[in-house]
Amino acid sequence: MKISFTLNGAPTSLEVDPTERLLDTLRYRLALTGTKEGCGEGECGACTVYLDGLPVNSCLVPIYQVRGSTVQTVESLDPAGLRPLLTSGATQCGACTPGVSMTACWIRDHPELLATHTIRELLAGNLCRCTGYDGIVDGIGATLEAGA
Amino acid sequence: MDRLEGLAKLTGRERYVDDLPLDGFLWGATVRSPAPRGRITEVRLDPRVDWSQFTIVDYRDLPGPNVIALIVSDQPVLAAGYVRHVHEPVLLLAHPDRHALRRAVAAVTVAVAPEPAALDFRVPARAPEIQYGTDNVLKHLAITKGDVERALADAPIVVEGTYETGAQEHVYLEPQGMIAQLEGDVLVLRGSMQCPYYVLKALKHALARDEQRLRVVQTPTGGGFGGKEEYPSTIALHAGLLALKSGKPVKIVYDRGEDMAATTKRHPSLVRHRTGVTTDGRLLAQDIEVLMDGGAYVTLSPVVLSRGIIHAAGPYACDHVRIDGRAVFTNAVPFGAFRGFGAPQTHFANERHMDRIAARLGIDPAELRRRNLLRDGQSTATGQVIGDGTDRVALLERALTLADYDAKRAEHARFNAASAVTRRGIGIATFHHGAGFTGSGEVMLASRLHVAGLPDGRVEVRSANIEMGQGTLTVFTGLAAARLGIEASEVVIAEADTARVPNSGPTVASRTAMVVGRLVELACDALRTRVGLDQQAAGDSLRSAIRRWHERHSAEELIGEAVYERPPGIVWDDATYRGDAYATFGWGAYVAEVEVDLRTYETRVTDFVAVQEVGHILHDRLARGQVQGGVAQAIGWALLEECRWKDGAMSNAQLTNYIIPTSDDLPPIRVAFIENPYPLGAQGAKGLGELPMDGPAPAILNAVAAATGADPCTIPLTPERLMEIAP
Repeated sequence: MKISFTLNGAPTSLEVDPTERLLDTLRYRLALTGTKEGCGEGECGACTVYLDGLPVNSCLVPIYQVRGSTVQTVESLDPAGLRPLLTSGATQCGACTPGVSMTACWIRDHPELLATHTIRELLAGNLCRCTGYDGIVDGIGATLEAGA
Repeated sequence: MDRLEGLAKLTGRERYVDDLPLDGFLWGATVRSPAPRGRITEVRLDPRVDWSQFTIVDYRDLPGPNVIALIVSDQPVLAAGYVRHVHEPVLLLAHPDRHALRRAVAAVTVAVAPEPAALDFRVPARAPEIQYGTDNVLKHLAITKGDVERALADAPIVVEGTYETGAQEHVYLEPQGMIAQLEGDVLVLRGSMQCPYYVLKALKHALARDEQRLRVVQTPTGGGFGGKEEYPSTIALHAGLLALKSGKPVKIVYDRGEDMAATTKRHPSLVRHRTGVTTDGRLLAQDIEVLMDGGAYVTLSPVVLSRGIIHAAGPYACDHVRIDGRAVFTNAVPFGAFRGFGAPQTHFANERHMDRIAARLGIDPAELRRRNLLRDGQSTATGQVIGDGTDRVALLERALTLADYDAKRAEHARFNAASAVTRRGIGIATFHHGAGFTGSGEVMLASRLHVAGLPDGRVEVRSANIEMGQGTLTVFTGLAAARLGIEASEVVIAEADTARVPNSGPTVASRTAMVVGRLVELACDALRTRVGLDQQAAGDSLRSAIRRWHERHSAEELIGEAVYERPPGIVWDDATYRGDAYATFGWGAYVAEVEVDLRTYETRVTDFVAVQEVGHILHDRLARGQVQGGVAQAIGWALLEECRWKDGAMSNAQLTNYIIPTSDDLPPIRVAFIENPYPLGAQGAKGLGELPMDGPAPAILNAVAAATGADPCTIPLTPERLMEIAP
């Protein structure tokens, strides 16, 4: 089937198998390889993208679901906004990192969430095996300060 | 200096093996054994599939010996009519369409006539289960110091204990992956790996292909933790065979389920202690028996066992020690390298046992350790005299102070008396970790490293040691820049490509910064000498000397070379297991605070203090990251991560029910370093990567024991396990 959606701000149309995962469409059809596959079952968050503004695991989204929607991937993030995460040691091996960047920016852009949740709670959908999360939590904190 | 490749990782620009552009390639996949042991009676291809569309490879396609070259040549690349573990590779398929390939794998039936399988390493194998030697023992090693029997007989008090640890899955976030491609006559392997030269050796042997027609290139590697030490040789051989047969590039990338089910894990262990002590808590004799589950092939088990037994008596002074270690064959997926490499298992047992001794004697666990920690001039179990000037008692005191240990003990006693449903406790562990290869290992590796002067005046570090998140690129850049007095931007780190870099050894054993980093420094010195400068020359004089050299020697390479040399005074005897097991040790003192919910028996780590002496710290943020990540991985091993087995197969090979810690499961991990530069390490550094895996599990279980009065001896200490033993 033919599908149209907005990808990183640009109108996009392509022919797909409707059951294909959004993750595979991004990676293997559109060469947007910043979005990673860590588990393929919605546990690790490495494939996090924004679907209509909300973070989702793109491995769990069949492509037909994004018809007419807006998709943003890690490639759409402003690198300057990620600098605090670099300094804090938020990335080591980097395989979880694009997903972490997406979640970090989402928290930064929705600081009202911190009234009811801790950074550690909001980050719990992104598994990282390298950092023990301290570098990420510190970096998100610094990102919030930089944005404030 | 920030992590050099950090921004590329944060923005998703870093390209891992599955991200590389590749035209006209086939996906590769593996058909595996359904049974733990038996003769393959039939490999049946469903006739409804058009198999002419597929490249099919089995053991008969191997140009060379059907063996993955490692320590012992016992593991086939592809099963030849017989299988020894579930998920053993039997057949390889390749096809341009990944989905068609997946369906094809499901359309192959491997029929196995089952034979009795050895599935429990803790009990002696029955006769029909013997498959290795006369007793299924893959390796037996022993350490003897003094006269343990007599010292035990004379001891006023003997304390016994048995401790068990389970398998642990690495869960590097990037699964194993490899691309094989013929470029002219050269078979090129690109992929996620820790040891390009291990892969090269395995390819050379099983493909019967000389090194000139092979090339192995490491791609950015999304975590390893030992899981990409030996295993990538297997997947490289598989991809290589499919590429040779099809004549096309072949990519194999495991999905998470296959990666968890079919690749190596941490060795399960069973350790028994019998310890003689004085009434005031001095260690008189340590009698230790170590059993490890090796799985179905030898892989690295002998060296894992070796490191395990060498660390088994802990960082304590004791005149009479006997350690008997065995790695046992079972029909399980082979166990392999994992951060700590046997030491976390034996430290877990020893540090839990120290608390058991303390409880028996009515001595504070911290005081028991103060009385027994090695002082300079005393010797380890192998007779290695320690004299590095590190005050191990002061290390412990620092950790106790940071954790507010004494006050917390008193506070917990009051809290626990008042609370109906919650228990709090604090626990400690003191431990050590040998840096670099064991015994003569570094001498046998004879690592070589090059620093090249480039025509534009920059320098290039050429080593086989790779970046997998631990910071090699940043550390090597910093070392070379500092040594030569140049900017970091003038240092290039060469891709780990066996066609371009010498063999500086594997990226394992906490050796990269300390041992190989030292070679970076020495190769920088050699480069200066090559261009006729003295060792003080730096900056501009060096840049212009390098440029001038190239003007005089066009199209030649300007290379400073360093080769590993045995440190003076280090003596090790492999036959008797006596002597200096490691060039140096890192030392740790960790304190964990926990809260246990008596309704659910869940244990939550509420505070964690990690104090260590690992020589000079080369990069504070990277070093902290290594400790925090190692502690987190060890907290998972201690409390959450359980491989469940059914007929030799992992039944929870997915992240839905193999649980690793999330950010919400962990407290901030508080890290402190006491610096005592090690003269033979790069800028005084010691190895650091593995030490943090050793201490957390016993510290946490000691804290649970203090909180609940239970005596937990098995990890992972899941709520179910704690419920069974809670008083």
